Amino acid sequence: MTSSLALYTAIPLTCLAVSLAAGLFGRVLGTVWTHRIVILGVAVAFALSACFALPQVMSGHDLNATVYLWGRAANLPLTVGFLIDPLTALMMVVVTFVSLMVHIYTIGYMRGDPGYQRFFSYISLFTFAMLMLVMANNFLQLFFGWEAVGLVSYLLIGFWYTRESAIAASLKAFLVNRLGDFGFVLGIAAIYTVFHSLDYATVFAHVDAARHARLAVTDGTSWHMLTVICILLFIGAMGKSAQMPLHVWLPDSMEGPTPISALIHAATMVTAGVFMVARMSPLFEQSPVARSVVLVVGATTAFFMALLGMVQTDIKRVIAYSTLSQLGYMTAALGASAYAAAIFHLVTHAFFKALLFLAAGSVIIAMHHEQDLRKMGGLRRYMPVTFAATWVGALALAGIPPFAGFFSKDAIIDAVAHSTLPGADYAFAAVLAGVFVTAFYTFRMLFMAFYGEPRMDANVRHHLKESPWVVTLPLVLLAIPSVVAGMLLMRPLLFGHFFQGALYVRPSDNPLPRMALHYHGVLAFIGAAFISPPLYLALGGIATAWYLYIRRPELPALMARRLHVFYAVLRAGYGFDAVYLSGFAAGARAAGRFLWRVGDVQLIDGAIVNGTARLVGRIAALGRRLQSGYIYHYAFAIILGLFVLMTFFLHRG
Amino acid sequence: MDVYRHIALSIAIWLPIAFGLVILVGGRRYPGLVRPLAAIGAGLTFLVTVPLWQLFHAGSFAMQFQEHIPWIPAFHINYALGVDGISLPLVLLTSVVGVIVVMAAGPAVKERVPEYFASFLIMEGLMIGVFSALDAMLFYVFWEAMLIPMFLIIGIWGGPNRVYATIKFFLYTFLGSVLMLVALLYLYFRAGETFNIVSFYHLPLAATPQILIFLAFLIAFAVKIPMWPVHTWLPDAHVEAPTGGSVVLAAIMLKMGAYGFVRFSLPIVPLASHELAGLMITLSLIAVVYIGLVALVQDDMKKLIAYSSIAHMGFVTLGIFLFSRIAMDGALVQMISHGFVSAALFLCVGVMYDRLHSRAIHDYGGVVNRMPIFAAFMMLFAMANSGLPGTSGFVGEFLVILGAFKADFWYAVLAATTLISGAAYTLWMYKRVIFGPITKPAVASLTDVTGRELSFLAVLGAAVLVLGLWPAPLLHVMTASVHHLLWRPGVRLAGANP
Repeated sequence: MTSSLALYTAIPLTCLAVSLAAGLFGRVLGTVWTHRIVILGVAVAFALSACFALPQVMSGHDLNATVYLWGRAANLPLTVGFLIDPLTALMMVVVTFVSLMVHIYTIGYMRGDPGYQRFFSYISLFTFAMLMLVMANNFLQLFFGWEAVGLVSYLLIGFWYTRESAIAASLKAFLVNRLGDFGFVLGIAAIYTVFHSLDYATVFAHVDAARHARLAVTDGTSWHMLTVICILLFIGAMGKSAQMPLHVWLPDSMEGPTPISALIHAATMVTAGVFMVARMSPLFEQSPVARSVVLVVGATTAFFMALLGMVQTDIKRVIAYSTLSQLGYMTAALGASAYAAAIFHLVTHAFFKALLFLAAGSVIIAMHHEQDLRKMGGLRRYMPVTFAATWVGALALAGIPPFAGFFSKDAIIDAVAHSTLPGADYAFAAVLAGVFVTAFYTFRMLFMAFYGEPRMDANVRHHLKESPWVVTLPLVLLAIPSVVAGMLLMRPLLFGHFFQGALYVRPSDNPLPRMALHYHGVLAFIGAAFISPPLYLALGGIATAWYLYIRRPELPALMARRLHVFYAVLRAGYGFDAVYLSGFAAGARAAGRFLWRVGDVQLIDGAIVNGTARLVGRIAALGRRLQSGYIYHYAFAIILGLFVLMTFFLHRG
Repeated sequence: MDVYRHIALSIAIWLPIAFGLVILVGGRRYPGLVRPLAAIGAGLTFLVTVPLWQLFHAGSFAMQFQEHIPWIPAFHINYALGVDGISLPLVLLTSVVGVIVVMAAGPAVKERVPEYFASFLIMEGLMIGVFSALDAMLFYVFWEAMLIPMFLIIGIWGGPNRVYATIKFFLYTFLGSVLMLVALLYLYFRAGETFNIVSFYHLPLAATPQILIFLAFLIAFAVKIPMWPVHTWLPDAHVEAPTGGSVVLAAIMLKMGAYGFVRFSLPIVPLASHELAGLMITLSLIAVVYIGLVALVQDDMKKLIAYSSIAHMGFVTLGIFLFSRIAMDGALVQMISHGFVSAALFLCVGVMYDRLHSRAIHDYGGVVNRMPIFAAFMMLFAMANSGLPGTSGFVGEFLVILGAFKADFWYAVLAATTLISGAAYTLWMYKRVIFGPITKPAVASLTDVTGRELSFLAVLGAAVLVLGLWPAPLLHVMTASVHHLLWRPGVRLAGANP
């Protein structure tokens, strides 16, 4: 093992080690030592990612190496190994940084919770799993990380396991993700079928040779194999990155404690699908059909989930729908072959969305775990740091220059505009309209929580105060990249050579070089925004929110009554949950009950088995009458007799 | 070590049986010695089997640790033993589960204690015999004899409806065995009056006898696995069996049917195996999909796990009849993994049953509040049952799905539904039993696992994790035998991938 491989291995293993320490010995360590050890471990992982992995890849020292042979089935070696290239290194830095912030924040948020140590154990385990996911150099390990983050997500959504709503949400999250994994596993199996390998490097090297492979579906019909592979893999991404129609688990996942909503259900895990598709860019570039699907699904999610954000009253659910919508933006970018733009937005979004969630958590602490926006109001006077942090996050999310989200979102809209795939026009309209809606729901939340008259009861109001420093420090540290990350990263990530070798785009499809023609530095880019629609849509959204929630706060209720059909559809989330519950879940149970009662009990048992059994029973009864004593005596006698016979013959022979 | 090579399997078979007989004879007079003796017997048997693993030449497909003594020379019946890379892991699984079962027999076993332990020890020896017999008649004797202790275990220490369950169990299995005997006798005469299993492999059999032999074997093995539609004895047997009986039934006995396919059907009648593979694959996929749905609606935890076993064994038969090395590897790993996981889940139900005397899901809820350590272990086993990567449950399913896709897209699609159904029925049960607030007064009185319970859960937990994180040694041991099974010169199972 080379020394750099050893160092890379140490990054996830440190997180695993501290997780095990907290999980197994948390009671012995006590709360303070538990969080000290865990935070130290994650800090080491962050330091190694930022100060070792990132400089390594930036100086061109990529690494693709095996850690150990997991198993060899037939001639297929299955390994655990790392691919450290710019894409991986960037993800590692983002994951460990946000994770570190969330760990520190947790000290304040989870104070006094009986599951304090368990919580630290879970989030550091999550960090380990997420690192294994992004560092994988093969599909097996990718799937390992994929499922492991899903497991920790499940455990954390159901963290407060006595709450019926929390454990229902955790099961839902796991099962909906399993729907996605169903596709993902088939995608991996298809890759094995075509390439006889699960190694990224081997697979990508042979993509050209497999361009014309077909999959026989029925006699006479066959599908383009690479398209099938990409769509199957994308189904996995739809589960993990909560794209419609597999998005239903993410809003419910807000039942988990807020720190994990920030870390897992906003900044990192849910972006795993986006990361995975970017990682598979050599495959997706071979299939315009698959990319068209990706583009349309992403754009649909981006717009329609944003609409749902407008009618939420729970502060966390507003941000959750916003996350869905933003993931849709990233996915749309993937479909437009702007993988770098998707990752760019993934990075900026990780910062500002974690910031927004943690700020919301800070509000929730102050509000004594009240999450209803209608019971907030006027908080700016009591929580200045949280208030400022929310402003930064909101401006970044709404895409106002020069905040981070502006650059990455504009890049995505530009890229989608350049796409010529089927559905690109629709996608462009959707992501563009989404900008207005995004700005509206973001500032609606901000105004409802922090402005106007306080609407909480007097007791809560009396105790309102800013959160302790362990909570506000991460807010400040996340606010910084939420402001500057866009300016600093745009040129290297989108128009530089950072991703060279890590992301593959067919030159004919690549929107970024065409966008680069019009890119003349950060200031010029901001200037150009003033003559293009997205900025005005965003400002319009903010203005509308201001008018409705500050200027004329009586209007929203009136509008909800007037537009009650529209409003009801949005409140019901377009009815997806109802369809899943009464369609799939109830349908599966009904099918199971039918197969059991009719198939097993009536047909097989009733008609065939018991009929015979009755006959045998009668004979046995007859036999029993001839004998006396216990049947087990006889049975043992039979075995004994067997042994005696055997020995007898053995000696004779 | 040379002596060991020639007596190891015999010791593994007869040592537990001898201990069982001693306990049976002397247990009433010295009741205090029963448990220690049983523990020593099972422990020694396990220790005897461990070197088998180390001394095994994984590069060879040949039968190893062979023993050969004429038994009934008049009929050319031999006491012939040996293991290859397919049976060796099963022998070890049996000896591990033997130890677990003795550990698991806690204070809940109160009646006829000597007979209880004697039954298990004797059954353990007989099961090792099944996996190591190289003479068909010897195999048959072990195969049938093994049922008697299980019959007694369910019939004596079982639940209220045990008589129905035992008769059903017996009816099914005896019917199957009789046809297998006919097939074995036919092969005996065709092979020139020998019961040597390996010599059956070289018989040039025509298509029709092949099909008939396959069907005779099929009935015997399909019942044991059990395959749909001859599976209905299993849920009843599990529900009525005491915990230890369920563990052995699920962990070992179900594997015998699958082992039979690999040891008899595929190599002896390859043509028929290939001809009827479509049927076998269909039945396997029905097991995965149909049983997955049925498991979802069970309220009895043991029934649910029993149905889950049928679905998981569907993966085993699917893997076997895809005739590709990767799927066969998957099937064999799945057999070992299911041995650990199903044993663990039945033990978990046993742990709760010992406290509350109920197996009904609706009698529980919020167990984690009183039994956090137990809940953590059960979570691990539930995840393994759902096939989560990192646990043993994933390895087999994954490899079989890889092999299935290669054979046919739709096989893989149907097989992969287990990702959803397996997680749904397992975790839904877990949620209703373990999570939530305590609503039943009885649950409030629960106490967490004892040291004894912790020890067997920890052993199984370690097995599940080690096999999931590093299945390489297990895969390595079976490689040569699997390759030989599918690519034996002259009888290459068509469609097999190298």
